[in-house]
Amino acid sequence: MDNAGFIVASYIVTFGAVGAYAVGVIRRSRKSSREVPRDQRPWS
Amino acid sequence: MNTSTSLDAPPRDRVTGTQFTRGLGILVLAGMVLLIVLGLFVSPADVNQGESVRIMYAHVPGAWLAYLAFVITGISSAAYLWKRTRSLTWDRIAGASAEVGVLFMGISLITGSLWGRITWGTYWTWDARLTTTAFLFVTYIGYLAVRGLGGTHQQRARRSAVLALLAVLEIPLVHFSVELWNTLHQEASVAGRGTDVEMDGLMLFTLFLGVIVFTLMYVWLVLHRQRSLALEDMLDDSGLDNALTARRAEASGVAR
Amino acid sequence: MSNSLKGSSTVIATARLIAAKDLRVELRSRVLLNQVLPFALIVMVMFAFALDSDAVLERVAPGLVWLATLFSVLVMVSRSFAVETADGALDQLRSAGVPATGIFIGKMLALMVQLMVLVALLVGAAVVLYRASFSWAGGVLLVTTAIAATCGLAAVGTLYGGLAAGAKGRETLLPLLLLPVVAPVLIGATRATESAFGTNGIAISEGWPWLGLLAVFAVLFSVAGAVAFGPLLDD
Repeated sequence: MDNAGFIVASYIVTFGAVGAYAVGVIRRSRKSSREVPRDQRPWS
Repeated sequence: MNTSTSLDAPPRDRVTGTQFTRGLGILVLAGMVLLIVLGLFVSPADVNQGESVRIMYAHVPGAWLAYLAFVITGISSAAYLWKRTRSLTWDRIAGASAEVGVLFMGISLITGSLWGRITWGTYWTWDARLTTTAFLFVTYIGYLAVRGLGGTHQQRARRSAVLALLAVLEIPLVHFSVELWNTLHQEASVAGRGTDVEMDGLMLFTLFLGVIVFTLMYVWLVLHRQRSLALEDMLDDSGLDNALTARRAEASGVAR
Repeated sequence: MSNSLKGSSTVIATARLIAAKDLRVELRSRVLLNQVLPFALIVMVMFAFALDSDAVLERVAPGLVWLATLFSVLVMVSRSFAVETADGALDQLRSAGVPATGIFIGKMLALMVQLMVLVALLVGAAVVLYRASFSWAGGVLLVTTAIAATCGLAAVGTLYGGLAAGAKGRETLLPLLLLPVVAPVLIGATRATESAFGTNGIAISEGWPWLGLLAVFAVLFSVAGAVAFGPLLDD
């Protein structure tokens, strides 16, 4: 494949960044959820 | 704030998730795998662009999503400012959407410049669309910084909502002026050249799949981020109480 | 009808009072004269060091004039709101029922007057340092450009200055917020000034269309500021 490095890099950047962000969000909310009682969360 | 609330913490896997987001997440993951397989291996190379067309399946949906995210930020900001629908939920949706938008804009700027390096031979060109995109990116980084300024939740919401609506005013002006600036240069824009892709059925399907998968991904991310922002706000509200409780506990511990 | 008339007259009165107050503060403290103008001048000198060629300097002189203006705007907006928030003066004005639109227009006018002084000095510096020159017709274009551009810059500066006023970390935030927004002013004013200076043999008539861009910018952000300033300060 021509330019394979560029192509693979763009896929890694895309899905890597989204994945890292998703993990970050979940970790942050787990940390803060320890302090917030469950009945205060309208979605659960 | 009594300390017993922190003891009955929910199961760890259901912090910001619900039945719906879990199903959505599985769908997104499956779609992502399918997109990677189709985009990288199954779909054919383009007659003009060759293999580099594969970047398109990641780049175009990413850029589309960033624009969608900023539109949603604008709409939710307006919804917050309008008195009848004023609710901090709108503010959090605006904030979550802007954050996801900045993420996707950053991604598509990178993938776009990689694509440009292959097809145009340059990472960047001063095309009006590209330049406006860069301005959007910086503007919303500023928006996120303003959200982090502190103050009450209402202060943050009002400031950032006004700023989001100002961005709606700013971006067309920037685009228009960059376009004027470009036409003066009389240089043929490289953007657009060499980008025509002759789509066959499978390529079109892959691109379409990419847009759908990214949109679902956006919904998942914004739902979770909006809920985690809500948690952080609640934490802020109860933070003072908790700190006081902790100080008292400390003091009584020393006395004993 | 009479109510709105009365409302608009208090807005104008407030604007005049605030503008006069800001200019008086400047006249007494001389921050513009003693700090901002020397800063802008040293920026112009530094450009000459960086570009290191008379021919290049002559070519880019219009852009450098407006870049130096933008840098100085950042400093001046910070200053303009530091005066207000230092003793909570802005909050007191608002709780006294002073119309926000009046405060906005007043601060914008004061900023605009100071910016005009700055631009005049920078054009002088370009003539002396960068060998720029202009005819009478070019001078008319230059003055018109300066009025439109400073009006737009003052409106945006006051609006975003008010947005960040009173918050911690605003000194570093203001450039990030302000610079992307004023890009159209930089483009429009630089092109108009190029034709006023006759840089690269550009005719003066080519400069006038750019005034349209500057005027649209100034009007849009003046209106936006007048409308949005109230909600911004009301928290």
